[in-house]
Amino acid sequence: MEWLQQLINGISLGSIYALIALGYTMVYGIIKLINFAHGDVFMVGAFVGFYAIKGWGLGFFPALILSMAFCAVFGVLIERIAYKRLRNATRIAALITAIGMSLFIEYGTIYVRGAQPEAYPAGVLPSSSINLFGAHINSQALLILLVSVVLMIILQFIVQRTKMGKAMRAVSHDMEAARLMGINVDQTISFTFAIGSALAGAAGVIFGIYYTKIDPLMGVIPGLKAFVAAVLGGIGSIPGAMVGGIILGVVESIVSAMGFSLWRDAAAFLILILILIFKPSGIFGKNTREKV
Amino acid sequence: MLKVNDINVFYGNIQALKGVSLEVKEGEIVTLIGANGAGKSTLLKTLSGLLKPKTGTIEYMGKVVSGKVPQAIVKAGISHVPEGRRVFSNMSVEENLELGAFTRKNSREIREDLAKVYELFPRLLERRKQLSGTLSGGEQQMLAMGRAIMAKPKLLLLDEPSMGLAPLMVKQIFNIIEQINKAGTTVLLVEQNANMALSVADRAYVIETGRIGLNGTAAELQASEDIKKAYLGGA
Ligand SMILES: Nc1ncnc2c1ncn2[C@@H]1O[C@H](COP(=O)(O)OP(=O)(O)OP(=O)(O)O)[C@@H](O)[C@H]1O
Ligand SMILES: [Mg+2]
Repeated sequence: MEWLQQLINGISLGSIYALIALGYTMVYGIIKLINFAHGDVFMVGAFVGFYAIKGWGLGFFPALILSMAFCAVFGVLIERIAYKRLRNATRIAALITAIGMSLFIEYGTIYVRGAQPEAYPAGVLPSSSINLFGAHINSQALLILLVSVVLMIILQFIVQRTKMGKAMRAVSHDMEAARLMGINVDQTISFTFAIGSALAGAAGVIFGIYYTKIDPLMGVIPGLKAFVAAVLGGIGSIPGAMVGGIILGVVESIVSAMGFSLWRDAAAFLILILILIFKPSGIFGKNTREKV
Repeated sequence: MLKVNDINVFYGNIQALKGVSLEVKEGEIVTLIGANGAGKSTLLKTLSGLLKPKTGTIEYMGKVVSGKVPQAIVKAGISHVPEGRRVFSNMSVEENLELGAFTRKNSREIREDLAKVYELFPRLLERRKQLSGTLSGGEQQMLAMGRAIMAKPKLLLLDEPSMGLAPLMVKQIFNIIEQINKAGTTVLLVEQNANMALSVADRAYVIETGRIGLNGTAAELQASEDIKKAYLGGA
């Protein structure tokens, strides 16, 4: 039953990638920007959660919510300060700005609190081994999976059912037509950043609890992998980001389980190269635009 | 109701509208005809706030609206059906219609208007759950018009509604335009199909390379030799 254990681990890890990938994909969907600072929002989320738990003694859920709220505001600020004025600039200018913003957040964090890593306090979530069909599964992994799934269901609800979600879909499909409906495009873009960043913040706290060690550069690799997940699923597609994240997590656990754990990161990027060669639009991506 | 006073509109350094003035009175159907690239769409986009005139003003119901954001203009009662329909093809017919009512709050009134739109376009009712990208061109035009009506406009701007449609469908669309107008909505209609446009309009303006040329009642323009030659396909 080893494989079941690995599968659950992979899905848990994948759900973290998925939470981050959602922010990439939503922001890309709406303003066609690869927000390279997104992995750093995830890092900031992990630290907010850490200070909330360690410093203020908050429990898991209050810390999660605090981190999500903080990151939502943080993400909106990033957009307002750095990206908004570049909306009509070239893609490359916006991309370079995003990379600059990423470095700024990483080294700004180091400047403020130093580069030393922190260890998430143990015992925030009960950690016991559950026996499921003979496989030993960590209760934390299950809880994390559950939280991620609930967040994704809430996201689906917001995007599909609420007025703001409909505005998001309209703006990402056709910004000018959305304006003609009386949709406030600036507000809708800010809302998208807020939601995407809140999910990254949640992923940061979950990551901290699961892997215990956090540091100011921790966002780089998960950020890149979440980006791979978003591309795998089809950038711009919300279900794509979820599926892409899970697939990537499972592939990584399989690679580790086969004894190639040093090749884990390489596997992710191999996947990226393969998609870019064979199906650049990703699993859920559209090849053509149906716009007239 | 609408007064455009000497507006100049630019795309970067290119001037697309040169001192354009025109007027639309309450209850009218006014048509604006002109060749490709004359500036028709540019004018409508300026009216709906997507573009801002560099100089000149737009007055609507006695208030200056030039410079206002589209959101404010939609709320004030001007809806724009853009060239090429621009329906949200990844959403259902009904979601498109709901988006048309985005600036409105009263959900009971919105539901009543939805029923009215379905009455006007029974085709849309049959296809309300269908993805709008899978509709035919004529159905998409109906949807784009229905969506604009959902904002409860007093003035409806239509950009080439007949584009790419078979003659029978064009007739149907123009019938509906007349119905909408009879029900109390003023219409500014941009068309290349001058024949059809002049047959439903009260008055008309001709636009040529960013300037308003001839204008008059639809009957006058229909009778004009110049118009016949240039826009009505010979004598
Ligand atoms: N986004 C833009 N950037 C630069 N120039 C533009 C832009 N849009 C339109 N133009 C130019 O402005 C002029 C008027 O264009 P407009 O789209 O208003 O014409 P039109 O009368 O609607 O033509 P058509 O009948 O083909 O739709 C054209 O010369 C066009 O090239
Ligand atoms: Mg045009």
